[in-house]
Amino acid sequence: MDEGDDIHIGRHLQRRRRLEIVFVAAGLLCLILGMLTLVTLFAEMARQGLPRLGIDFLSRYPSRHAELAGILPAWVGSLAVMVVTAATAVPLGVGAAVYLEEYAPRNLITALIEINLTNLAGMPSIVFGLMALGIFVFEFGLGRNILTAGLTLALLILPIIIVTAREALRTVPDSLREAAFACGASPWQALRDHVVPAAGPGILTGIIIGLARAIGETAPLIALGAVSFVSFLPESPIRGEFPFISFDWLSAPFTALPVQMFNWTTRPDPDFRANAAAAAFVLVAMALAINGLAIWLRHRMRREARW
Amino acid sequence: MSVSTRLFHCLLCLPCLLPGNLGARPLVTVDGSSSVYPITEAAAEDFQNLRRRTIWVTVGISGTGGGFRKFCRGEIDIVDASRPVTDEEARRCHANGIDFFELPIALDALAVVVAHDNPLGEIGVAELRRIWEPAAQGRIMSWRELGKGLPDRPLALYGPGSDSGTFEYFTAAIVGRARASRGDYTASEDDNLLVTGVAADPSALGYFGLAYYLRNADRVRALAVRPPAGGDAILPTPDNVRAGRYQPLTRRLFIYVKQDAARRQAVRDFVDFYLEHAAELVDEARYVPLDADHYRLLRARFRAQSIPAGDGGGR
Repeated sequence: MDEGDDIHIGRHLQRRRRLEIVFVAAGLLCLILGMLTLVTLFAEMARQGLPRLGIDFLSRYPSRHAELAGILPAWVGSLAVMVVTAATAVPLGVGAAVYLEEYAPRNLITALIEINLTNLAGMPSIVFGLMALGIFVFEFGLGRNILTAGLTLALLILPIIIVTAREALRTVPDSLREAAFACGASPWQALRDHVVPAAGPGILTGIIIGLARAIGETAPLIALGAVSFVSFLPESPIRGEFPFISFDWLSAPFTALPVQMFNWTTRPDPDFRANAAAAAFVLVAMALAINGLAIWLRHRMRREARW
Repeated sequence: MSVSTRLFHCLLCLPCLLPGNLGARPLVTVDGSSSVYPITEAAAEDFQNLRRRTIWVTVGISGTGGGFRKFCRGEIDIVDASRPVTDEEARRCHANGIDFFELPIALDALAVVVAHDNPLGEIGVAELRRIWEPAAQGRIMSWRELGKGLPDRPLALYGPGSDSGTFEYFTAAIVGRARASRGDYTASEDDNLLVTGVAADPSALGYFGLAYYLRNADRVRALAVRPPAGGDAILPTPDNVRAGRYQPLTRRLFIYVKQDAARRQAVRDFVDFYLEHAAELVDEARYVPLDADHYRLLRARFRAQSIPAGDGGGR
């Protein structure tokens, strides 16, 4: 190798290193821009909303006087809708994923279903709202209430849950299934005791992503007819007399946090913007709480998984 | 069994518990115009506080047209309306066996607004018509086309969307036919957006309800409107509205109560409370109350449940 080649390679190396630095800088800039926007928005929300936030704000009913208004019916409504959504979407979604991944034959129909699921996961939420309005409200006559809202959001997140749950099931090594079969387990036993628990953390992640999306949805709820002014709570699910559990709350009219926020931002009185910011803060906190619960559960499940 | 398996089993069982019985509760459902919403919301708030939430009142916003659609399907008890019921809506309601009481509850005016640094002080109904009629679309694009002495500035128009009663009333009063309007303007159901848009642009012109104007008088300025028959231009002040001078842009706001619903104690109590306190509530919402006698009469007649349905158009 003569000296000329050395210099040549040296230059090449230098150029590639420079390119590397430029790329890292560009990437860092993108990250900083994204984070800055997020931090600015969050800080602005906190600055506007935090002075309003307190026990009173969480425990009061909405009012036309900004300083007296609270979000009790809104967060209770959001929570109730989430309970219905989770109770419907999780078993349906996980069930469908398990069937598609573990039992269903690979043919044209399952391929079609697969394509449609991926498409549905990217569908604008208003489409689900209008569909639910046509089917649940007008066709089935279920009314505009917590039940229909929960079912609608369940449909909305169902594809997300199915797709991620299938991914999770796919990552479970076949050796685990074969080991279970070798010990004489039926497919159902293998699934129940080994495959699904092993995929548990991944499935849970999908569920949480779905729920976190559902809790912030406004458009389908407005299409369905979440009303703007609700200053009462749905019936309690627990009763003093037999049978102690009541499902009357499912048919109650409701409002939800995003709907309440939307209503407040359209008011002429600027004081309500502080209320909207405070409500946004609570919504973010609820979404974070859901995520936190998920991380904790996932952690526990991972510890349990021994194989 | 592990926690996750137990969790999985629990979740599988949950949907079996879902169907609940749809029990009847003392519930009053109101929906409709966003213009009437502040009054009804105030009534609902005070009423529920007074009754310690033993009666539930929900108030929605879906526009006068949207409200009547729900009303005529029998979904709601009361509709907030910023214009009288149309013949077609009344027909549809009757076809579904829904009769109603018409209760005028307030006066409202539509303010025609410009930015503070716009030199224009008044405008005639004829000019408004030339700006807003469907034929103006794509043609009347500059202030100069409206008359001598006006600058050659692009005309930026702002108005409410087509589901709002304000839109219907304005087009009927100015163009002469409800819903006949040019389409190339910034339309929004959110009046705040209209205020912001007009305030920021010296060549903008917009229209919306008086209440929004009064709350934002520091940001936009209302034009005095010359009636079509000639005479002085009139400013949309509460006094001019009450005296019926600000024409043709003064309108009545209504609630329509389903007759069958009015037989329910909860609905009757709510409407009675509404009429009893209407003057204060309307005033607080920045609209113009009707005479105290009017409310007293209306209340007495509603109590006797003898108000004739659909007694006609605006004043």
